[in-house]
Amino acid sequence: MIQGRTWVFANPPSITASAAVGGPFEAKGPLADDFDLLHEDLWLGQDSYEKAEKKLLEQASERAIDKAGMRKEDIQFFLAGDLMNQVISSNFAARTLAVPYLGLFGACSSSMESLALGSLLVDSGYAERVLVGTASHNAAAEKQFRYPTEYGSQKPPTAQWTVTGAGAAVLTNREEGIRVTSATVGRVVDMGIQDPFNMGAAMAPAAVDTIEAHFRDLKNPEYDLILTGDLGKIGHTTAADLLEKHGLKLPNDRFGDCGLMIYREDQPVQAGASGCACSACVTYGHVLNRMRKGELKKVLIVATGALLSPLSYQQNESIPCIAHAVALEGGVSS
Amino acid sequence: MSNKQKKKLSPVQQEYQDFVNKREPQRPLFQNCIRAFLVGGTICLIGQLISQFYMQFLDFNEQTAGDPTVATLVFLAVLFTGLGVYDHLAQWAGAGTAIPVTGFANSIASAAIEHRSEGFVLGVGGNMFKLAGSVIVFGVFAAFVIATLKVILLQGLGGV
Repeated sequence: MIQGRTWVFANPPSITASAAVGGPFEAKGPLADDFDLLHEDLWLGQDSYEKAEKKLLEQASERAIDKAGMRKEDIQFFLAGDLMNQVISSNFAARTLAVPYLGLFGACSSSMESLALGSLLVDSGYAERVLVGTASHNAAAEKQFRYPTEYGSQKPPTAQWTVTGAGAAVLTNREEGIRVTSATVGRVVDMGIQDPFNMGAAMAPAAVDTIEAHFRDLKNPEYDLILTGDLGKIGHTTAADLLEKHGLKLPNDRFGDCGLMIYREDQPVQAGASGCACSACVTYGHVLNRMRKGELKKVLIVATGALLSPLSYQQNESIPCIAHAVALEGGVSS
Repeated sequence: MSNKQKKKLSPVQQEYQDFVNKREPQRPLFQNCIRAFLVGGTICLIGQLISQFYMQFLDFNEQTAGDPTVATLVFLAVLFTGLGVYDHLAQWAGAGTAIPVTGFANSIASAAIEHRSEGFVLGVGGNMFKLAGSVIVFGVFAAFVIATLKVILLQGLGGV
């Protein structure tokens, strides 16, 4: 069923299992206990950061499939995305999984883009068991989008830190556990921000646009928690203020940002975390764990993505952004 | 900061940028200058000490001690880049580590390390000067322009 630009699932798919894998920097963060696997080595024993990123996605996928009590042959479709050129990490992880696969790119919004589309497949009956996942790697992202990792450039206080990690979830048509109830597809919003060291400011309007659409379409639904993907300090404050300005005041204790949760205050990440894995790890690890414990019942995740490339930035293009929202609801029995 | 090269913005975009500008922390310019001064100055002081060392204990004079001093500083910068220390120091020091010759060495070494995974020819060789290349290109060009000007002016003034 569609309301405005929100899919309201008639047969809400179940997130049967989920997994989050992280790197050494994430292991020092406050959500370390919510990861299924944490690596001490940024390379994961691979000989390149790109291969390490692929490995992260493979491991998150394996864990999620394992926790769902399935084998990889049971997965009917795999939907994944990442930040690398030509989404290589997802493509190569899909090569390992060897199941029907759709590669997605929505930058950091890929996490919820894949969850929304996977849910649509299950809801519509075109699939019964779908695996969705995203990955990002700090050094691989730095290498592609910014400078060599060992290069001594000073980051401004608006910069964000790409999460090294991956999150994956198995969606099924079972009527149990945590369900995906609706999803709002975002529009590309470009407010003319050109500074790639200020993604939060660039992405905030996209998040606001999607949140407002979601609330309009579903006539002011109630949530225990609304989390944006990776707006960071500046983006989060801006989004909250913009929403308030537009007449949608979200209470502080119920409106947060995954990018402000994954690292401690004293970790040197400037404005906060970013990357596909940011919202994926926080959602598929921390948030779902809390929902399973019954601490949260209704949660809205709004993953934000900055759709720039190093080329578009060098050619002085501004940064177009997008945000996709997915609503989750915990079952009474868990 | 977000709109250094301000293109034509629509009123809505302009309004938003003003809105967000108020919420952006600015670079701590004064603090950055002090740190750059301290670290940059320290690197130069170390260079001076190395230079003195070469003059004192080895067969160099003030003119010739420059080359081995630069070579030593470059070696140290490359070593610290390889050990993964230089970038952390740079986050604190900013221009202090970027401006001296050590920053130049760091830009080359870091790019070489970064692209090792693509092999020696296409990776290391092809990308080593990714950041330093434009410094060399414009440095050489600027030197050429200045040298030409010098020749013209000196000739024009009748070989004074």
